[in-house]
This record gives sequence, structure tokens and C-alpha cells, in this order.
Amino acid sequence: MDPKGLAFLGAGLGAGLALIGAGMGIGRLAASAMDGIARQPQSAGTIQTAMLIAAGLIEGAALFALVICFLLSGK
Amino acid sequence: MSGAPAAVAAETAARGEGGGAFNVTDLIMTHITDGHEIEIPFTHMAIHLPRIHVLGYDLSITRHVVMMWIACIILFVVARHAATRASRAVPSGWRALFEVFIKYIRDEIARKSIGHEADRYLPYLLTCFFFIWTCNLLGLIPGMSTATSNIGVTATLAALAFVMIHLAGIRQFGVVHHLKNVMPGGLPLWLYPIMLPVEILGLFTKPFALCIRLFANMTAGHVVIIGLISLIFILKTAWVAAVSVPFTLFIYVLELLVCFIQAYIFTTLVSTFIGMSVHPAH
Repeated sequence: MDPKGLAFLGAGLGAGLALIGAGMGIGRLAASAMDGIARQPQSAGTIQTAMLIAAGLIEGAALFALVICFLLSGK
Repeated sequence: MSGAPAAVAAETAARGEGGGAFNVTDLIMTHITDGHEIEIPFTHMAIHLPRIHVLGYDLSITRHVVMMWIACIILFVVARHAATRASRAVPSGWRALFEVFIKYIRDEIARKSIGHEADRYLPYLLTCFFFIWTCNLLGLIPGMSTATSNIGVTATLAALAFVMIHLAGIRQFGVVHHLKNVMPGGLPLWLYPIMLPVEILGLFTKPFALCIRLFANMTAGHVVIIGLISLIFILKTAWVAAVSVPFTLFIYVLELLVCFIQAYIFTTLVSTFIGMSVHPAH
């Protein structure tokens, strides 16, 4: 097996798995945020702010993986 | 990067005459990475930038440097214009826009995290926010590139945040006490060998995460836009454009949102870390 081909395979698989993780995480986050807003509409602003911050952090973790995949596919 | 279609068309035409195949990777790499010339869209011309080497270090003026200068000039001119109209009681225009953001950052972000010392760190936090936002937005204009998609730029922003975080702690507590605050209080002695490396590592991973988050978000957005447009050229049919262009438009508008969110998250996290330095929870 060509090592370059393996590197590309690893990069693709890694990006896909990272995306599954990020998607599930942010999905759960959005679901909780929706629940919270549904229970208490007056705190929608606070919940939205907290949701955006948490989404940014989760996406940051996913993008760590993306950067590693870039590095891998660059080899 | 909506200069991408024009650039792609120009390059494909040039390559088509030369007999080369369309290479997506090359296209993405030339648009994402820093270069020594600024290309003018829809033409084959480029402004060549000077290369300056000082003592073996490459200090040449590159595209991203020029983009940062443009962001600085824009911010200086606009903020100055907003600030000098101080006499009217009811703000309007640019001043009103700036006031919304400055008030939000001061009240919700700085004062909530840092507490009573917040106004001291407010100029730095505001600079972070507006500079990153302006740099991100400039990258979306056709023909210009994103300075914050350069890991050197984001690493510098993260390094400055690191300096500010420790400066805040040292100013409050003095050097020795600030370093002691790294460890949580009330730990049994046998946990110290585990917690100390973890906490020291945590000091460095937080700015590192700031750097990587901003860099990856900006780079990934542009790569997706270029990739989607390149799909038309890879598949060599114009019918793909019916799907590709609307989707690219959607991603482009999402990028506008991401620009703001990333600037906001950077500022919020730096403010939270400064707050953790000034009010250690232990």
C-alpha cells in the first residue's frame, strides 16, 4: 500500500470522524438550548449567547482535528 | 473569496491553452497561503510587493501584511470619525454602531468576567474584537485575502493574549503569588505531581486553542468556497453551476456570520481567561 495513499485515506477518515463528533455535540447543544428557550422564553438572549460560545468551542475542537488532517494530506 | 470564480476562469483559460489539467489543490493553496503579490481579479495582472530580508529573517511585505494594514487604516479612520462626534447627546450613524458593540463587550463580556478592573483591559479587548472582525471581513471581499487565515497572525494574537493574561495576574497579585494561583487550593499533597504538569500545560493550551480555532475557521471557510466553485471545473459541465453556485452563496453568507462569531469568541475567551487570572476560583 502506497504510504501517500494511506496518508490521504487517514486524512479523509479523520476529517469524517471529527465531523461526526462535532455534529453530534453541537446537535445536543442546540437541542438543550431549544428546550431551555421553550421553558423560559424570557431568558432566550442569555441562552443564545451561551449556546454560541459553546458551539464555538466545540467547533474549535473539531477544527483541531481538521488541521491535523490538513497536515496529514500535505505529507 | 468571491474572486474565486473569476480567478478560476482566468487560470483555467490560461492552463487550457497551455495544455495542463485543472488542479484544485494548486488553486486552493495559492489562494489560502501568503504570497508576495496581490492579484487583481478579472485580469492577469498583479501588484508585486517588495521582499525585504533583514539579518536572515524574511520581513518582506506580503499580501497578509497589506491586508492587516488596510484593516488598521479602516478601523482607525472609522473609529476616529465615530469618536469625534462626542458632543451630541443622542448618538447616530457610525457612533451608534460602535456604541452597541462597545457597550455589549463592556457590560456582558468584560465586566461579567473581570469584575471591577474591567475598564483597564477594555481597550485591549475592544481592539481584539474589532481587529479580528475587520480582518475576517476583508477576506470576503473579492480580490483580497484573509489575514487571520495565516497561522502567523493568529499565533501572534494568541501570544499577545497570553501576555495580557499573565500581566493581569501579575499586576493583581505579584509574580510569585500569581504563579501559585495556577494550582487549585485545598489539594491533598499526593495530587500535586499530577495536577502541576496538567495546570502548567493548561496555561499553554488555552492560547494555542485560541490560535488554532481562529486559523482553522477562517481557512476552512475559504477552502470550502473555492472547492465548491472548482467543482464546476472538475466536472467540466456548466450544469453543475445550478447546484454549486447557490450552495456557495449559502456558505458565503455563513462565512459572514462565522467572521463575527469567531471575533466574538476570541474576545470572550480572552476576557474569561483574564478573569480567571484576576479572580482565581481557588
